[in-house]
Amino acid sequence: MSHIPLESHLPGITGLLEYRQDSAKPIRELTQLLLRGESTLTEAERELIATLVSSRNQCRFCTTAHKSAADILLGESETCEMVINDFESAPVGEKMKSLLAIAAHVQKNGKNVTEGDVIRARNCGATDREIHDTVLIAALFCLYNKYVDGMASFTPTDPAFYKKLGERITTVGYNRLPGGYDQLKTQS
Amino acid sequence: MSHIPLEEGVPGIRSLVMYRPDTGKPLYELAQVLLRDESPLSPAERELIATYVSHKNTCKFCASSHAAAARYLFDQESGVVDLVLDDYQSAPISDKLKALLTIAGRVQEDARTVSDEDVALARSFGANDRDIHDTVLIAATFCMFNRYVDGLATLTPTEDAAYAQMGERMGTIGYVLPQKPA
Repeated sequence: MSHIPLESHLPGITGLLEYRQDSAKPIRELTQLLLRGESTLTEAERELIATLVSSRNQCRFCTTAHKSAADILLGESETCEMVINDFESAPVGEKMKSLLAIAAHVQKNGKNVTEGDVIRARNCGATDREIHDTVLIAALFCLYNKYVDGMASFTPTDPAFYKKLGERITTVGYNRLPGGYDQLKTQS
Repeated sequence: MSHIPLEEGVPGIRSLVMYRPDTGKPLYELAQVLLRDESPLSPAERELIATYVSHKNTCKFCASSHAAAARYLFDQESGVVDLVLDDYQSAPISDKLKALLTIAGRVQEDARTVSDEDVALARSFGANDRDIHDTVLIAATFCMFNRYVDGLATLTPTEDAAYAQMGERMGTIGYVLPQKPA
């Protein structure tokens, strides 16, 4: 049971964002810019960073939701699974591995990111913006994971829920649905 | 030295939002909404939660600047800030705020550990849904800011005077997106 009453048809983060919409607005805007806005990292790569951080924080809702998005964007489900289990041996490029290593350090504490981590990323061709965005995406997902789990919001177990959610965040993105979320009441 | 080139002499979060102003804008808006806009918690109490979480994340820039903002806002009772950082359970603050700081501390460590008992205790001292929600979201938000600021190794001033000046600015004008010097 969530620590405060939330809309029962809106599990995970959505019920929280609807509970307080004035704080949700900048959170949604930031997420849309970071994960869907202009970047030299693909949307799939950015979703992999979000998924890795969420899995390290053991936030089941965010991990499953963003894995679903990454799987849709990649067109297969093995890569993301391997990134979660051991990104150094996952089938992603060396630059991506170095950025995932930075994200994994950010998840623990920002100060864990070393000069060595950054040099490795640069040697693999990472730019300032890619390093910056990796750190900020990792930090943002620490916010999300802690918000969702700290309020004990409902975490569905049905895979069909996450498939639908993954489709929504890969097509509509992270902006609030035009017209709000009452339209989802009839679908569930 | 910061991990990416940032505006020289500009500390902490301010250097980062100058580097990428489009993401800086919602970051500053979020700080303003959570710490200054309407809430059952006073701005001073909310700055105290931000300070406590930043302190636990050992983010010197955020802990020192928000401590300075909290001292400015607590005014005559500014001494309460250091007492809270030292041991909030014995500090001269309300039982409700103590219970909320316990929740904030759990969010900082591992948010899954916020228990029904923690929430029931806060409610027994008069905390409502919004107090609980805002405490969790402020704590989670500062886990983001702390990681952003430290993860890019931004400039961290060492002199207390630099933070006192920041605290006064944060306590008066709030969170306004800084502009890159022309």
